[in-house]
Amino acid sequence: MADDVLILGHRLSEWTGHAPVLEEELALANIALDLIGQARSLYSYAGTLTSHTEDQLAYLRDAPAWRNCLMMELPNGDFAFSIARLVLVSAFTDPLWRASITSTDGTIAAIAAKAEKETAYHLRHAAEWLIRLGDGTAESHRRAQNALANLWPYTGELFTDIAGDTGIVARPMSLRDTWNATIDGILARATLERPSDGWMQSGGRSGRHTEHLGHLLAEMQFLQRSYPGATW
Amino acid sequence: MVVATALRERALAALENVTDPEIPVLTISDLGILRDVSVHDDTVEVTITPTYSGCPAMNMITLDIQTALARAGIKARVLTRLSPAWTTDWLTDAGRSKLAAFGIAPPEHTASRRALFGEAHPACPHCGSADTELISEFGSTACKSLHRCRACREPFDAFKCH
Repeated sequence: MADDVLILGHRLSEWTGHAPVLEEELALANIALDLIGQARSLYSYAGTLTSHTEDQLAYLRDAPAWRNCLMMELPNGDFAFSIARLVLVSAFTDPLWRASITSTDGTIAAIAAKAEKETAYHLRHAAEWLIRLGDGTAESHRRAQNALANLWPYTGELFTDIAGDTGIVARPMSLRDTWNATIDGILARATLERPSDGWMQSGGRSGRHTEHLGHLLAEMQFLQRSYPGATW
Repeated sequence: MVVATALRERALAALENVTDPEIPVLTISDLGILRDVSVHDDTVEVTITPTYSGCPAMNMITLDIQTALARAGIKARVLTRLSPAWTTDWLTDAGRSKLAAFGIAPPEHTASRRALFGEAHPACPHCGSADTELISEFGSTACKSLHRCRACREPFDAFKCH
């Protein structure tokens, strides 16, 4: 979960300075900040269990050690692609956090209680954009539909169960119906067609990544790799 | 025991000067993030609860707490407690009044979804009119959204219900 939100947060942060309008600039940067914050909480907690610091987990792991879904690491593409991805992911993470509020693990429950409100807000924001793009001009509709077609083969991986699952969070598969209903509702309002489920890409959950993750890590980890232990 | 109580009182007084770096009218107790102050031998242990997951002010607040206590000659340790999760319900009434006076619409008293999702519009902190509109769901910091008053035409920030 931490890898998912950090990598997606990093991708969103790349929009800083490039968003189509000022309000969206603020929105994407704020969402990125929420996601990176959620990742920090999870890494700090994971670190107490494995004697690592959050920085070691974020900055000193090579691509095969990352467990994020492949969808998170794909390059941003155009605005429609980034928004469609945010919708597809948030519609999954929102119910995941919600189910985790009642986790038997108190720390996970506390992180989830905060993250769920944030994610619900992200989902609504991104969905409004997707509806506007889909139901907007012929060009925005075409781009939104294209984005969905390109992202769809990566949605299956969201629902694969995670190796070493200890039952402290909901099983991803159990969220599928909720996700379907959310996505179908948004796509109907956006006048976009739901792509058909075909071959699904996977590998991220077991550390087999696309070539994009290495480039992302090269940028994100540069400082700690070049100046080990640097702080400010 | 008397010494411990006196030390705690001194620490609390020093902490009264620690404010949110982004909303400097609010102290950390106004914000509701100061959860506990206790004395262990000669060290004061301050427990805070973070606000929004990604709030960059939290590191700064931790540093400010340490500085304020060091200035008062107090040895301190700052702990972060995640559970129970902070909500805007913890903002004190004094904090809410200070926010409004500062030009930021305070959050509704119950951190409801309706309020978070902007279905209930905040009253204008400048003229008090309820006739306001949302400009942007995301504002200058993680905790604020941007609004405009239709009556006095002034734009204003609102503290998001959380």
